[in-house]
Amino acid sequence: MFWSVTQSLLSGLWTTFELFIFTLAFSLPIGLLIALATLSKFKPLSSLMQVLVWIIRGTPLMLQLIVIFYGPGLWLEQNIWSGDEKGRITAAVVAFTINYACYFSVIFRGGIEGVPAGQREAGQVLGMTKTQIFFRITLLQMVKRVVPPMSNEIITLVKDTALARVIAAQELTFAGYSFMKSDGITWPLFYTGVFYLAFVGLLTLLFNRLERKLSYFR
Amino acid sequence: MAILEVQNIEKKFDHTSVLKDVSFSLEEGSALAIIGSSGSGKTTLLRCLNFLERPDGGKIIVKGETLFDSEVKGKERESEQRRKRLHFGMVFQSFNLFPQYTALENVMLAEKMLAAEQSDYKANKKEILAGIEKHGMELLDQMGLAERMYHYPHQLSGGQQQRVAIARALALHPDILCFDEPTSALDPELTGEVLKVIRSLADQKTTMIIVTHEMAFARDVADNIIFMDGGVIVEQGPARDVIEHPKEERTKQFLSRYTNG
Repeated sequence: MFWSVTQSLLSGLWTTFELFIFTLAFSLPIGLLIALATLSKFKPLSSLMQVLVWIIRGTPLMLQLIVIFYGPGLWLEQNIWSGDEKGRITAAVVAFTINYACYFSVIFRGGIEGVPAGQREAGQVLGMTKTQIFFRITLLQMVKRVVPPMSNEIITLVKDTALARVIAAQELTFAGYSFMKSDGITWPLFYTGVFYLAFVGLLTLLFNRLERKLSYFR
Repeated sequence: MAILEVQNIEKKFDHTSVLKDVSFSLEEGSALAIIGSSGSGKTTLLRCLNFLERPDGGKIIVKGETLFDSEVKGKERESEQRRKRLHFGMVFQSFNLFPQYTALENVMLAEKMLAAEQSDYKANKKEILAGIEKHGMELLDQMGLAERMYHYPHQLSGGQQQRVAIARALALHPDILCFDEPTSALDPELTGEVLKVIRSLADQKTTMIIVTHEMAFARDVADNIIFMDGGVIVEQGPARDVIEHPKEERTKQFLSRYTNG
């Protein structure tokens, strides 16, 4: 029994991992774009982004997940997600990406604003373009600043993937929970905690390494 | 002909006038010191010359080319603005070195960026980069930092950091090198090494504008001095005359604080 449960949970863990890695891969660059758009001097764009961030941070992620998954079918009368597991995972990744991109954007914005103005000015008087200044000067200093708050958010994402259960994506918590219904046993659900702990433990090690890597400058 | 002509520069922040009708000129190979109390507009003037602030009025002419004219409206292309900026070099009070780069990388960065835009860059990449590195090393050597080339800014003392910043500003061969209180953020014992470097640049006839609180240094190194107060030039003239025989009452008052203090 233990091995069949472990096997089933491992397959759930794989889905959890997929949700996590795709969400991260999309939400990091999109979050940066939202941050830059929020800092834009073009007011309509900046205001639009602030409204977006307000809506996303102001409503439950679970609600967003339901809207993204069921919304198109309900209101557009056309379901854009395929009915299989793949469709559910894709919908979950889209919902998580929008949500996390907004949270990340706030952290990125703080990180960019935290880089002293003198750094940009030094680049300007050296005749560097805005793009060069951003990528060659600001970006790495921003990254160093945001590692601790980002590690918090990214660790939260690991556990938030469990919400994908509400649209029946078969991730880790879904897998643990299913044993309660099919076999009437509860320990597999508690056992999922071990997997989450291991996942987050690994991430913590990675973040520590990143922080050490970036400690060569101040 | 003067290398730099500044005519009737005006600058307001909100409704406060920071620069009022500021005009002066600078001869090639000469050093100009700008003195005055905090808030007199010295730093803003330097920032206007470096296009970090846009003046509300006036003209800036370098080598006969009008770089800025408040009468000409409309936005400039970024490339055009960059080209104009390169006439000036700037050394900041707080150094503003890039912390993630070594001393040498700080000096080479802008030159590399410019080289990458040249049409022959791809073909001669190796030679061009080697040339830039050689140039950067020479500059740091000239600043007495040959041993510190591969150090990061946080591993350097304030005086060393400021000397790297000077090398960085020199790397692009500016026509006019500007210093904004280059020693104000330094401990007294580190001030000397930076002043020594600036002095040697003056000996090599580098065209310079130095905003400073070091009166003795200004007198000895600068050819001319401008004294500013409340956003206007109160007095200007040969360095020794202004420091030792000021004509204006406000200049006398300002200088007395230094000689008696």
